[in-house]
Amino acid sequence: MIRIEDLHKKFEGLEVLRGVNLEIEAGETMVIMGRSGCGKSVLLKLIIGLQKPDNGKIWIDGKDIIGLTEKQMDQVRKRFGMVFQSAALFDSLTVGGNVAFSVSRHTNMSREQIAKLVAEKLELVGLAGTENVMPVDLSGGMKKRVSLARAISMSPEIILYDEPTTGLDPVTAKEIDRLIAGLNEQLKVTSVVVTHDMGSAFSIATRMAMMHEGRIVAVGTPDEFRRSMEPIVRQFLGYVASDPERRK
Amino acid sequence: MKLLASFQDRVSSGVKDIGGASMLTFETFRMLFKRPYELAPLSKQLYYVGVKALPVVLITGAVVGLVSAVQSFYQLKAMSAQGLMGGFVSLMVIKELAPMLTAFVTAARVGTGITAELGTMKVTEQIDALRAMATSPVKYLVVPRLLACAIMLPVLVIFADVAGVIGGLLMSVSLGMQKVFFITQAEKFLLPGDIFAGLIKGLVFGIIIAMVGCHRGLSTSGGAEGVGRSTASSAVDSFILIILADFFLNYVIYAVLEIA
Repeated sequence: MIRIEDLHKKFEGLEVLRGVNLEIEAGETMVIMGRSGCGKSVLLKLIIGLQKPDNGKIWIDGKDIIGLTEKQMDQVRKRFGMVFQSAALFDSLTVGGNVAFSVSRHTNMSREQIAKLVAEKLELVGLAGTENVMPVDLSGGMKKRVSLARAISMSPEIILYDEPTTGLDPVTAKEIDRLIAGLNEQLKVTSVVVTHDMGSAFSIATRMAMMHEGRIVAVGTPDEFRRSMEPIVRQFLGYVASDPERRK
Repeated sequence: MKLLASFQDRVSSGVKDIGGASMLTFETFRMLFKRPYELAPLSKQLYYVGVKALPVVLITGAVVGLVSAVQSFYQLKAMSAQGLMGGFVSLMVIKELAPMLTAFVTAARVGTGITAELGTMKVTEQIDALRAMATSPVKYLVVPRLLACAIMLPVLVIFADVAGVIGGLLMSVSLGMQKVFFITQAEKFLLPGDIFAGLIKGLVFGIIIAMVGCHRGLSTSGGAEGVGRSTASSAVDSFILIILADFFLNYVIYAVLEIA
């Protein structure tokens, strides 16, 4: 379980997170929504320790990760997989090299075992046989799939997705959503998905959180969100055209 | 007031840069002998820094030798001392010009390449991806580049020395000097310490090029424009630091240690 308490983060005087509180249960798919620049991606980077908060706590299965050294944090990170907004594939490595990266560094598996695992993971994301292709030769959707295969290569307990469908056409985005939902079902992992794509959010979430101006303003199931009377949620879901802040 | 604020900004950004580069250098040397050894990236970097840069270093070295010979011939002729050309050209090339120009060529070719590559990795979240996969970017990216530059720069300096002396010899012969006389003079003037001093310079310049390139790359922000800015800064910083280091090394090697 991930517990986030009163998290604050500033960048050059600009307060991006202003006291985030959120609990994510083991095995659920928590979708965090919000407008661009509201701090969703920063929150993910804080959870995996890529950035340090100015204030607040993050517990992973009861262990506070904020004060950990980089070496200690690496042990925590081995339990995570992350799909980046830009896919972030290593340009200098092949698709196979990208998927094998963590496994070859952090396990004692033989080359044959690694090759077999890479083939399995690529098949799982529908890209069987692409081991020797370079990332530059892939389409946006394929890059996201490889990024997903890389994220699940170490069989993580928690997967973080940063805008997994941004920049993709609706058909490919739908395919990625199905893939995420399928993997969550198959692998029984805890997933945290950051997105502002409503279709994507409702198709994969077991619970949702709405972020606004650096705070979580609503948490609930997709059904609760659909029925929500919270103005920011309603505006975001498209029920109210005008800005709720202005209506007050 | 605006001018003062801008000056303060520049000073504070300069101090921040020096601090950042020092911390990165400290962290890199700390990681140098820690397992796992990154042999695959190291061999790739050795090839890139050494083998790929060799043609341009050889051309630069040879041209330096030719130019030194032409310049020294007419200067020495004015004093009727053309006979000293072999020693004069060899010393000038081996002690100063070959290490310095090899460093400049490598900074322009390799240092900026390192910055552009790491800078692009930074702005496309590949550095974050490395860390998210429990891999230290310093260990995986910086250490192999530092080792490759530190090992290959002295090797390139030796090649530049040889090309420079051959260039000087060819020009001297074309100006009417006897080959044997040039070689005898070169042997008479050159000491093993001179060649050793060139290698020490190569090592130090290699470390400077790698660390400046990596620091500028890893501190890149602001997309493609930021990568361009970092790459330009990397070249300027490397050139300035190489010149400063050359002065201090000359002072230490020749005045303090009296190696050559």
